[in-house]
Amino acid sequence: MQTGVAATSGDTAAPANIQTAQRIGVPREIFPGEKRVATVPDVVAKLIKLGFSVCVESGAGDAANISDDAYRAAGAAVVEGAAQLWAGSDIVFKVRAPTLDEVALTHQGQTLVSFVWPAQNPELLKTLAERRVTVLAIDALPRTLSRAQKMDALTSQAGVAGYRAVIEAANAFGRFFNGQITAAGKVPPAKVFIAGAGVAGLAAIGTAASLGAIVRANDTRAEVADQVVSLGGEFVKVDYEEEGSGGGGYAKVMSEGFQQAQRAMYAKQAKEVDIIITTALIPGKPAPKLISAEMVRSMKPGSVIVDMAAEQGGNCELTEPGQAVVKHGVTIVGFTDLVSRLSTQSSTLYANNLFRLCEELCKTKDGVINVNMEDDAIRGLTVTKDGTITWPAPAPKVAAAPAAVAKPAAAPTAKKAHGHGAPSEPMAGNKLAVMFGVAAALFWFVGANAPQAFLAHFTVFVLACFVGYMVVWNVKPALHTPLMSVTNAISSIIAIGALVQIAPPLVVGAAGRPDDWIRWLAAAGIVLTSINMFGGFAVTQRMLAMFRK
Amino acid sequence: MSASLATVSYIGATILFILSLGGLSNQESSRRGNLFGMIGMTIAVLATVFGPQVGAAGIPWIVGAMVVGGAIGLYAARTVQMTQMPELVALMHSMVGLAAMLVGYATFIDPEAAKEFTGAAKSIHEMEIYIGILIGAMTFSGSIIAFGKLSGRIGGNPMLLPGRHFMNLAGLLVVIYFGGVFMESHTIAEAMTPVIVMTVIALLFGIHMVMAIGGADMPVVVSMLNSYSGWAAAATGFMLSNDLLIVIGALVGSSGAILSYIMCNAMNRSFISVIAGGFGTASAAPKPAGGAAVPAGEVVAVNATETAELLREAKSVIIVPGYGMAVAQAQHTVFEITKVLRDKGVKVRFGIHPVAGRMPGHMNVLLAEAKVPYDIVFEMDELNDDFPTTDVAIVIGANDIVNPAAQDDPTSPIAGMPVLEVWKAKTSIVMKRSMASGYAGVDNPLFYKENNRMLFGDAKKMLDEVLTVLRA
Repeated sequence: MQTGVAATSGDTAAPANIQTAQRIGVPREIFPGEKRVATVPDVVAKLIKLGFSVCVESGAGDAANISDDAYRAAGAAVVEGAAQLWAGSDIVFKVRAPTLDEVALTHQGQTLVSFVWPAQNPELLKTLAERRVTVLAIDALPRTLSRAQKMDALTSQAGVAGYRAVIEAANAFGRFFNGQITAAGKVPPAKVFIAGAGVAGLAAIGTAASLGAIVRANDTRAEVADQVVSLGGEFVKVDYEEEGSGGGGYAKVMSEGFQQAQRAMYAKQAKEVDIIITTALIPGKPAPKLISAEMVRSMKPGSVIVDMAAEQGGNCELTEPGQAVVKHGVTIVGFTDLVSRLSTQSSTLYANNLFRLCEELCKTKDGVINVNMEDDAIRGLTVTKDGTITWPAPAPKVAAAPAAVAKPAAAPTAKKAHGHGAPSEPMAGNKLAVMFGVAAALFWFVGANAPQAFLAHFTVFVLACFVGYMVVWNVKPALHTPLMSVTNAISSIIAIGALVQIAPPLVVGAAGRPDDWIRWLAAAGIVLTSINMFGGFAVTQRMLAMFRK
Repeated sequence: MSASLATVSYIGATILFILSLGGLSNQESSRRGNLFGMIGMTIAVLATVFGPQVGAAGIPWIVGAMVVGGAIGLYAARTVQMTQMPELVALMHSMVGLAAMLVGYATFIDPEAAKEFTGAAKSIHEMEIYIGILIGAMTFSGSIIAFGKLSGRIGGNPMLLPGRHFMNLAGLLVVIYFGGVFMESHTIAEAMTPVIVMTVIALLFGIHMVMAIGGADMPVVVSMLNSYSGWAAAATGFMLSNDLLIVIGALVGSSGAILSYIMCNAMNRSFISVIAGGFGTASAAPKPAGGAAVPAGEVVAVNATETAELLREAKSVIIVPGYGMAVAQAQHTVFEITKVLRDKGVKVRFGIHPVAGRMPGHMNVLLAEAKVPYDIVFEMDELNDDFPTTDVAIVIGANDIVNPAAQDDPTSPIAGMPVLEVWKAKTSIVMKRSMASGYAGVDNPLFYKENNRMLFGDAKKMLDEVLTVLRA
């Protein structure tokens, strides 16, 4: 508590003055089986340093092995009962989305920070907005923002889950993970296959590898292959070309051909490995069914499947959410509370995420939060504010791609007017209209004045400009130099002009024609263009020969 | 060979040229693309030589001229250093320009060429000659100046004459006026004066235009001249009523225009402002740090050994090459270092800014020459998001393309230009000869960032030392 503020609001249970220090309340989680808590004593001390006062519901940390006394020792007030806690708090930190009972305890102007899943809970969002509660949904954080990583609770919790999944698998598995050569004989290492190399998958890879298992992993996003390898896993490719990044670090739904190749790969892995851990999730959709009953049957007796997607229906057809079952001799673990099973760790990480968020919200360090809607990270988190639903947030500002808009001024206007059919972004309406106008005027002028013979050439010219545009537009930047030298070589086609002048059979010797002059000019033209022609193609060839994989 | 057969050959050649340009859109098909170009050119030339428009008397001339030109061209292509590619390309553009000009003159003084035209067709034919010579002359002199600037024979500073825009405008008006005089003329002798005046103005205009453009804008200029040489060919095609020339000229012209446009986009500047000139202020030689150095903090210098240590401990490294690497010819050493690091299991990638170097794609060619596999060479957009997860980013002889002021400082002259965000890496190392500012004359706040280290000295020498330590 800051000096000066203490004189007015004090450490008592009296409601804190809104304009001075705000009070953060942490209730006990009431969702069945939820053992986490939204703050831990270490973080309480840090929050107080930021100028906030903190109160915790009695018993909130019990399931995570944190006693009321530990919170008191860190400087938090401990209150009895949820009602008192909600009433006396300006800001509430929670883990799970609030239940309807809890929503009833909120009051106007209060700020709630927790997992909300706004896409799945539209009703909840509406009710909270009606009660004029400002809600920051920690799961709505724009994850691609590098600044937001320290607040990314989805990542921190997924990491815990991945670790725990391996521990559950080890628990159900009847053998060592690492290979050993003992006096009693040789023990082969366990083979673990991890489907999906997101945060949870990567944590699982690291954990399993550190236990000594042979770890293989697969993901539809090819770019994670390096990460898999860096953690000691082996990346198993699906024998099919398709890129699976769906934005925001998630995967997207893949094509039928890909899925078929993927199934074949999984079937092969199922026969070989001892343990499968699946983590495949697609946002807003049921989890993809990667492991069929058939594949389970093909596994060795005593094998283990840990299905981390059980809550979204499971990646395995035989998963029973919330339970560990044995089917066809294979233990299928479908626990949905992996994170809660490591509640002390996950609570600490979650509490730290929320503390980082508080730092962003309270840059003045005076214990008053400012929900700044100009800030990309905060804007993304905020799902209701001042009675209105502000979810989903607009896409964060990113650097504009060098997209195709219009042709440069050097190109003739006639070509521009055709540009709208090209694979470029649509132009602004008025700009397009102006271009059409100019092009129409130009064409009218040409059409009204030029003779038919010229128009034939003109048609060819306009079409060729267009073809050039289409052909060249997608050239890779790496090949710009070869492209320039090849176009340069090609432009020595002008040699044709010189060739036809050097000795046209019909007119040479015609009266008044300066034959010698023309011949010398044309010969010089041929020399120049041949330098270009031979040199240009040869140097392009030399350059292209250097590009190698 | 009959006229129809020649025309059909031209169509075949045209298709091959289009396939050639299309083939260059990616590495796998690029070599085949070049081959198509060669075949197309061979067909076009043979069809013309054996076609109805060339008499037997011309063959010895043609063969002689082509042997001379071809020998020079092949010799140049064999011996050119990859770092000199921009100069070579600029020089070749000037040849196309000069050839277009010569062909224009040859047509102009040939009374037979205009015989078949009457009325509007005759006016159009004369206009085509006039414009053909104009574009050819402009391309020629502009390319010569670009060649001079790129090879260092002419200083890189933009030459900004007072009232230069008015000079250009006046030149244009004079050209249009004499165009009128030219069209009115009845005999070739009468028309000679306006044509020569126009040619002189066009030559001066080409010189003036390129002289006013600074070193950093050279990629745009080179690709723009490429485009001009195409338009010159197209104009010649109109002049001679030859569709093949028109098509190829238009193809080359529009492809050059697109490249210029992409380059301008990469610098977040409009085409007009680049052509109007006056942006790049320094030549290849670094300016003394005097006026530009407005220190915003301390610069931490490191030596080669410390650099090697940083690299050895890194898991992932991004190398950002710039013109300084080309000047120092350091690309081979860069690749040796890359190999050593990759053998140690370090993930090494290259980040290429679209306008790094002196012509579009310059860096890619240099890295390819050093045998860097192209699948670890990435474009700016592919790589920019990865800097936060990168341990070390090395900038070799680049400045403006890694300047954070482009994003942070709205008043900076390069504000809004997309840059490689090297400062987001855990550590960035900038190799530079001195604390001089870049071509845009803008101080670089990157140097003063806490996580930035400076490695002063010649890029090649320093990298050689780093390599020695790494191998030890």
